[in-house]
Amino acid sequence: MPPDIEAVAEQVFTALADPTRRAILAALASGGPATATDLADRLPVSRQAIAKHLTLLAQTGLVITEPGERRRVRYRLRSAPMQVAQQFLAALARDWDSSLDALKDHLEGRKTPQ
Amino acid sequence: MGFPDRIERTVQVARPPATVWAALTTAEGLRAWFGDDATIDLRPGGSARMTWTSGHTADMRIERVEEPTVFGFTWHIYGLPDGDPRRTYVEFTLEPVGAGTRLTVVETGFAQLPDDVYRKAFDGNTEGWASELGELVAYLDAA
Repeated sequence: MPPDIEAVAEQVFTALADPTRRAILAALASGGPATATDLADRLPVSRQAIAKHLTLLAQTGLVITEPGERRRVRYRLRSAPMQVAQQFLAALARDWDSSLDALKDHLEGRKTPQ
Repeated sequence: MGFPDRIERTVQVARPPATVWAALTTAEGLRAWFGDDATIDLRPGGSARMTWTSGHTADMRIERVEEPTVFGFTWHIYGLPDGDPRRTYVEFTLEPVGAGTRLTVVETGFAQLPDDVYRKAFDGNTEGWASELGELVAYLDAA
């Protein structure tokens, strides 16, 4: 696979590994675009720390900036890198082991535990 | 280390290929071990659908039907949005071994990235971030 696909997924997983960045991304996902000040009101984290994390998230392309009210920058979640990361998770979540166990149990006449 | 593009499993089943084939390629067979309900139009280009009582649905497009040795289909990548065009390819291969069957399943395509998704995923990283970040810092400092 092209290494940069993996780089995008890695940026997503790195971002999600930090509890503050996870909270910021979760807030943008659930509440839509927000300024650093909005996020500081909602999260138990200083505005300074939030601004620092948002800069990092913008650098890696996980959020984009757009003009907000009163010359404040608003941040919006970008879904494309998340979808790249999600397809890697799909491979991990694809549970052929259980399905094949069920197939074998069905064919060989054993009862399938549910 | 990379994430897997390909998943492969092999199991030995104590039933002949014809029996295993029926379990993989008939609605009745699929209902018995895979979906809670199933429909299938068994021909290349045909559709199959499995549904689960959880509400989840899998739509398959059948690609290879070579009774009783190869059965292949594509389906949507679980977890991606409904409109996402990416699909993985699943292929079952059946080999007789004694009175039983060696069944192999290979699913490929997890690491694919079509051009439009690729572009969307990378545009934000490559276009104009230096200037945007300069403005960003100015805004933050002024706030």
